[in-house]
Amino acid sequence: MNVTIPQIDWATIGPPLLLVVWATVLLLIDLFIANKRTTAYLALLGLAASAAVAVPFWGAQPRLSFAGMARIDDTAIVIDWILALITAITVLFSIDYLKRQSIEMGEYYSLLLFTTAGMMMMAHGSNLIVLFLSLEWVSIGLYVLAGFAYPRIRSEEAAMKYLLYGAFAAGFLIYGIALVYGTTGSTDLTTIATILEDNAALRTSPVLLIGVGLLIIGFGYKISMVPFHMWTPDVYEGSPTPVSAYMSTATKAAGFAALLRVVQIALPGLIETWQLPLALLAALTMVIGNVAAVVQNNIKRMLAYSAIAHAGFILCALVAIRQAGAVESFLYYILAYSLTNLGAFAVVIALEQAGEERFDIADLAGMGWRQPLLGMAMAIFMLSLAGVPPLAGFFAKWLVFQVAYQAGYWWLALIGLLSSVISAFYYLRIIVNMYMRERTEPVRSFTTSPMLIGVGFAALLVVLQGFLTSPVLDLVGQTLTAGR
Amino acid sequence: MQSFLLSLIVWLPLVGALVLLFIPGLSDRTAKRLALVWSLAVFVVSLPLVPGLGFYNASEPGLQLVERVPWIARFGVDYHLAIDGIALWLVLLTTFLTPITILSTFDSVHTRVRSFEAFMLALETGMLGVFLAQDLFLFYIFWEFTLVPMYFLIGIWGGSRRIYATVKFFLYTFAASVLMLLAIIALYVLWGRNSFSLPDMVAAIQSGQFVLDQNLARWLFLAFFAAFAVKVPLWPFHSWLPDAHTEAPTAGSVILAGVLLKLGGYGFIRFNLQLFPEASRYFAFAIGVLAVIGIIYGAWIAYAQTDIKKLVAYSSVSHLGFVMLGIFALNPIGIHGAILQMVNHGLSTGALFLIVGMIYERRHTREIDAFGGLWKVMPVYTGMSLLIIMSSIGLPALNGFVGEATIMFGTLSSQVLGWEFAAFGLLGVILSAVYLLWMFRRVMMGDVNQATEKMRDATRLEIAMLVPVIALIILIGLYPTPFFQAMDQSVTALANGLAPVVATR
Repeated sequence: MNVTIPQIDWATIGPPLLLVVWATVLLLIDLFIANKRTTAYLALLGLAASAAVAVPFWGAQPRLSFAGMARIDDTAIVIDWILALITAITVLFSIDYLKRQSIEMGEYYSLLLFTTAGMMMMAHGSNLIVLFLSLEWVSIGLYVLAGFAYPRIRSEEAAMKYLLYGAFAAGFLIYGIALVYGTTGSTDLTTIATILEDNAALRTSPVLLIGVGLLIIGFGYKISMVPFHMWTPDVYEGSPTPVSAYMSTATKAAGFAALLRVVQIALPGLIETWQLPLALLAALTMVIGNVAAVVQNNIKRMLAYSAIAHAGFILCALVAIRQAGAVESFLYYILAYSLTNLGAFAVVIALEQAGEERFDIADLAGMGWRQPLLGMAMAIFMLSLAGVPPLAGFFAKWLVFQVAYQAGYWWLALIGLLSSVISAFYYLRIIVNMYMRERTEPVRSFTTSPMLIGVGFAALLVVLQGFLTSPVLDLVGQTLTAGR
Repeated sequence: MQSFLLSLIVWLPLVGALVLLFIPGLSDRTAKRLALVWSLAVFVVSLPLVPGLGFYNASEPGLQLVERVPWIARFGVDYHLAIDGIALWLVLLTTFLTPITILSTFDSVHTRVRSFEAFMLALETGMLGVFLAQDLFLFYIFWEFTLVPMYFLIGIWGGSRRIYATVKFFLYTFAASVLMLLAIIALYVLWGRNSFSLPDMVAAIQSGQFVLDQNLARWLFLAFFAAFAVKVPLWPFHSWLPDAHTEAPTAGSVILAGVLLKLGGYGFIRFNLQLFPEASRYFAFAIGVLAVIGIIYGAWIAYAQTDIKKLVAYSSVSHLGFVMLGIFALNPIGIHGAILQMVNHGLSTGALFLIVGMIYERRHTREIDAFGGLWKVMPVYTGMSLLIIMSSIGLPALNGFVGEATIMFGTLSSQVLGWEFAAFGLLGVILSAVYLLWMFRRVMMGDVNQATEKMRDATRLEIAMLVPVIALIILIGLYPTPFFQAMDQSVTALANGLAPVVATR
């Protein structure tokens, strides 16, 4: 019997692989490190290495390996880089937070790295099975991270809720995969596309359409798309704040990356079928997310609804995926949104003291004057989220609405723009409280140098990304040619 | 070689703002002086634009001092600045009023001074950018950016209801502007040239290379209209203005009335008239009606005010109705008048807010009944006030008369508006005389009462603020020719572009 061992191109999973190895090593050496700050810095080192390992493959031809299960192309690399950046900033935010909350444990950083590696795998997967496995991998990491402040009942609750909803999502996803496999006979994204192209009858098969619907629902949970968003506010509220920040940005980026792969590579042939429903869901997500955010008094919940709303904005780019520039605007938006949202959570982190939750918007009163740098950064983040030029958030919105308009969905762009106005209302509330209200007993806030570095870095990038729109677009624009 | 004069004018204030924010250990006093010197430097840098000094050529109808480099090449966005006769006086008005406004903060701003001055300078950059941008996308960026400093100026340094006023201001203008953004996206996509260049687009429309569907053009006109009408503010889109004005600190009100409201009128001329000539013709009558309602309504409500600042705020609603009439007369003379009247309103109403601010600093009230007999205790102040009020009413030999009269001629000879509109306009002039003189009589004339007898006359600082404005008020009133001459070629060219649609009545 001849067993041929296939040639394995390890490079196709280079960045996640390196991160996994490093996280394992870190888990071991952490045993001998007393100062957990060192562990954090080592984690940063691992992230840098993981981002660096992809550099030689930038701009090269897409490569497939593991029997076509994994791929490396420019889209994957850009997402790897975004994820590494998000995780690095999260690490910076966590260092002092963990200590203040007396939950300082080295495992935290390894967990973050493991989870990030799983997310990177979602971008590298070119097979539904890989997408499913990496999604579950990410989820397990996040269940633990959400419950990391486990003596705190809210944190446990958040972990529990996330687990339950995650199980639902997994169910939908695996069932969807089964149906797609059942009709097309493949789980490979490219093969599915070819089969759909060759077989017109298949394109209207109800079983396949149900399968696709279930896939979208499964990913919909992960990216907090309405109506599968219910878990988001509770989980963000209960999780340790750096974890909320991480979830609202990294998880979303990864979930969207996987969804992008599916609609862009496997399902372009079905675009007539899924485009309109997805557009309607995008509209609903924008409107419901923004309207619900207006009435929140809890900053974390407000940011959670804002995260839901932004999922809607990003979906606009997916709806228009056929248009030139759609993938670019999609990646541009994810980068802008991630940097901004991470920064926004930083303020919540700064307000949170051991055992005391300071999540009320009124707790921000006067903070802009007491913490000038943090306040200025927060004002920049809020204005960027609202879409005020010349910040990154504005350019991001302009790009996605423009491609949506080009795709013929002018009403989607209009709904998006009008819901931006609603969003301005609650983003302004934060600024109003920081700068225009005072209170007699101001709430103490904690800013330490790692955190200020993280916030300042994010704020600088948010401003720069706006002015340097062209280079950033060129960077992510290479993925256009590599996309298929 | 490209000139970079316009870039220098636009960005210099922002650099000043950053300097103010980030120089450590700046005292409040030094911050004010630095801001003043900086804004004066911007004014000096903008002076070469004055016709006859060699940089701006008044006999050239097209864009001058063009600066154009690709910015976001993939989507055809250019960094494109240029100036012509339509923008010229508004740019100079901005650079002229900003130092005066900053001077007014010497007496009135006492808290968080550095931030205040930084926001003032940042605002100047935004406003200048709006007037000079020739790329639709770049224009939109500057347009929205002006909201941010103004939002903070009202929200942090404003009166007791400042938060309500500032959020209302922001949301009103933001909401209206996003419709414009959608229209800009639509124009970009429909044109299909991967370019946001305004002059190129206008040329394509005039030469028939870029034909918009009539219905669609009207919708797009309305989207731009929303953004500009709120900014002007045209009745019934004005309700944010009295709140913003009343709550804003003096300097904020001056710059709001002086320059910010001009962005709307400028937008109508530059975008609506040029991009959608047919739709402009189609909607001109309706807009004229709204303008007339605004003229009468603003005057009527102003008359009912007991707060001087509110009175001035509502007078703006009335006065800017004239500007709208001039624009939508759709003939050269009306547009000439509209542009000059925008400058006039900037000077007169800006100065009115300054004089209101001066007595507010002394008494911390703006109720008309709290004053009386100021003429006897503050003769210099009252004299200057009288002149400014007269200019606002439109007394011959002062600037307001020239602007209003030109607009009246334009309206009368207009093929779309006509004498009825001019008649209502005239009624508005009479009403403005009524409420302003009535206010003047109650505040400045009559007996000195106990509360007013110790009021100090205008200080040297205050005289220094008002004298340059008054000088211009008189200059424009007596000799407006150079002001018209500088804009004549550009306005005529623009009106010629409208001629085909207007003639087909």
